Amino acid sequence: MGFQDIIFYFFATVLVASALGVITARNPVHAALLLVLAFFTCAGLWLLLEAEFLAITLVLVYVGAVMVLFLFVVMMLDINLEHLRKGFWRWFPFGALLALVMAAEMAIVVMGKQFSLDQMPTPPARAADYSNTKELGRLIYTEYVYAFELAAVILLVAIVAAIALTLRHRTGTKFLDPAQQVAVKRADRVRMVSMPSEKKE
Amino acid sequence: MNFLPPDLAPAYPEIFLLVMVCVVLLADLAAGEKRRYIAYLLAQVALLGCALITFVTSAPGVTYTFSGMFVDDAMADILKLLTYVTVSMVLVYSRGYIAVRGMFSGEYFSLTLFATLGMMVMISASHFLTLYLGLELLSLSLYAMVALRRDSVDATEAAIKYFILGALASGFLLYGMSMVYGATGALHIAQVTAVIQSGAADYTVLVVGLVFIVAGISFKLSAAPFHMWAPDVYQGAPTAVVLFIGSAPKLAAFGFVMRLLVEGMGAMAADWQGMLIILAVMSMIIGNLAAIAQTNIKRMLAYSTISHMGFMLLGIISGDENGYSSSMFYMVVYVLMTLGTFGMIMLLSREGFEAEKLSDFKGLNRRNPWYAFITLLLMFSLAGVPPVVGFYAKLSVLQAVLNAGYIWLAVVAVLFSLVGAFYYLRIVKLMYFDEPETDAPILPAGDVKLLISANGLAVLAFGLFPQALMALCAYAIQQSI
Repeated sequence: MGFQDIIFYFFATVLVASALGVITARNPVHAALLLVLAFFTCAGLWLLLEAEFLAITLVLVYVGAVMVLFLFVVMMLDINLEHLRKGFWRWFPFGALLALVMAAEMAIVVMGKQFSLDQMPTPPARAADYSNTKELGRLIYTEYVYAFELAAVILLVAIVAAIALTLRHRTGTKFLDPAQQVAVKRADRVRMVSMPSEKKE
Repeated sequence: MNFLPPDLAPAYPEIFLLVMVCVVLLADLAAGEKRRYIAYLLAQVALLGCALITFVTSAPGVTYTFSGMFVDDAMADILKLLTYVTVSMVLVYSRGYIAVRGMFSGEYFSLTLFATLGMMVMISASHFLTLYLGLELLSLSLYAMVALRRDSVDATEAAIKYFILGALASGFLLYGMSMVYGATGALHIAQVTAVIQSGAADYTVLVVGLVFIVAGISFKLSAAPFHMWAPDVYQGAPTAVVLFIGSAPKLAAFGFVMRLLVEGMGAMAADWQGMLIILAVMSMIIGNLAAIAQTNIKRMLAYSTISHMGFMLLGIISGDENGYSSSMFYMVVYVLMTLGTFGMIMLLSREGFEAEKLSDFKGLNRRNPWYAFITLLLMFSLAGVPPVVGFYAKLSVLQAVLNAGYIWLAVVAVLFSLVGAFYYLRIVKLMYFDEPETDAPILPAGDVKLLISANGLAVLAFGLFPQALMALCAYAIQQSI
C-alpha cells in the first residue's frame, strides 16, 4: 500500500464518518460543523485526483461562505428539536428497510464488472506543469460557454425569485428621509406668533 | 488549441429574449407602481420579437452551434413558435386575474419570460447539460411563480410540494443521465446514440440509467405513478399560474422527451416502450377515474391532464415518425384546449371570488350563452367528441398505436376516454340544465373576450380542418429525425 493509498483511505474514512455524523447529530450546530469537516476532507480527496482548483473552490466557497452563513441561520432559528424528532423512531425501521432494499438493488446492478478497475483504468498522471485551473477555464469559456451562461441565468432567476418572494412593502413604517431632513426650512419648524402682552392676574 | 467563436445566429431568439428579460426587470423598476402595464407590454413585445426572429431565421436542415450543445431544426422552430403564441395568450388571459389579486408586478412577467427561455433551451438542446439546465431554468421560475401569492396558505403549500417533488425528479433525471454518461462516456446526444448503436456501452448500466430518466420525465409530465404533485399544485396555485404550468411547458416537455428518448436513446426504444406503456396505462386509468370524484374544477383538470399525458405517450410508444407526429399534434391540441378552459375559469372569477368549484359553472347558458357555447366546444374537445379537434388528436394517436400493433392498448385507451367523457359532459350538463347560483355579470376586457372566442372557435376550426396542423407536425418530425 503506497503513501497515496494510506491518505486516500484515511480521508475516505473521515469523510464517511463525518457525513454519517451530519445526519445523526442531535444538535443542528454540530451537524453543520460536521458538514464543514466533510467538505474539507472531500477537498483533500479531490487534491489526490489532481483537481486542485475544485478542491480550493470547495473550501473557499462552501466552507468559507456557505457553511458560515448556514451556521448563522441555524443559530438564529429557534428550532424545536423535540418536535422535529417526533415520530422519527416510529418510521425509522420502515425507512431503513426501504433504503436497504434500494441500496441492495442498486448494488446488484452497479457493483458488477461495469465500473470495475479494469473497465475504468487509472488515467495517466499529468506532467508537473499541468494546470487544472487553466484547463477548466479554457473549457468553461470556450466549449461549455453556453451551459456556463445558462447557469448564470439560473442564478439571476434565483435572485429575482428570492426578492419577489421576500420583499414586503409595509405601510405605516416610521423612517427618516435624510434628503428631506436637510432641505427643511425654518418656516417648517418654527411658527412666529405675535400676541399682545398679558397682564398677570 | 484553436477555438472558433460559436455561431450565434441560430440562438438569436434566446439571446433576444434574455436581453428583453433584463429590459423588463429594469424598466419595471424605473416605471414604478403606477405604470406596471409597461412590463406587460414589454413582455408581449419580447415574445413578438422572438417569433419574428425565429420565423425569419428558420431554415430547413439541422444546424448545431455552441460546440454541439445547441441544435436548431424544424421541430425546434415550430415548437418555439407555438410556445411564444401560448405564452402570449397566457399573459392576455391572466392580466385581469392577477391585477385584482395583487400579483400584477414586474416579477410575474420577468419570471414568465425566464420560464419561456428555459423552455426554448430545452426545445433546442442537444446535450445532456443543456437539457438539464433548461429544465431547471423552467422549473425554478415556475416554483417561484406558484409561491408569488404569499398571503395564500394554499399557494404556499402548493409551492412547497411542487418544489420538493420537482427537486426529487430533477435528482432522478440527473442520476439517470450520469449512469448513461458512465456507460457511454458521452454527453452529446448524437455521440450517446452513436455509442449505444455501436454496442460498446454496457447494457445493464444503460437500462438502469434509462429507468431513472423515464421516472424523471414522467414526474415532469405528471404521468402516473409520478403524478401526485399535479392535483395539489393545480388546486393551490393561482389560476393564472396553473394556466401557465399546464400549457406552454407541455410543449417543452414534448421536445424534451423527443430529444432525450427518441434522439438520444432511440437505439433502446424496445426498453423504454415497455416502461412508457405502463406509465400510459396507469395515467389513463388513474387520471380518468380520479377525475370523476372531484368537485373542484382545477383539481379535476389536473387529473384530466394526467390522463391526457397518458394518451400523448401512446404516440411515442408507437416508435415511428407517424407516432411522434401524432403525439406532437396531441400535445399542441391539448395546450390549445387547456388555454381555453383555464381562460374560461379566470373569466368567471372576479375580485374576491374564485370560480373553482364545478357548481360555479351552473347555468352559465342563462348568464351568457356565448361563453357557455365556447365552454361546450372546449369540453367536447377534451372529451374527444367529433367534430372538434380533440377527436382527431385522439384518433391520430390511436391510429399510430394500432399501426404499431398494440391493439389491446388502443382498446384500453378508448375505454378510458369513454369514462373520461362523463366528467367533461357533466360540466356541459351543469351549464345548460341547471339553475345559476349567481347572476353576477361576466365582464372581461375587450381583448380577452376576442381571444377566448378565437380560442374556442379554433378548437372547432381545427376539428373541421385538421390537415394543416397535422401536416405541420409531420413536417417538424420528418425534418428533425
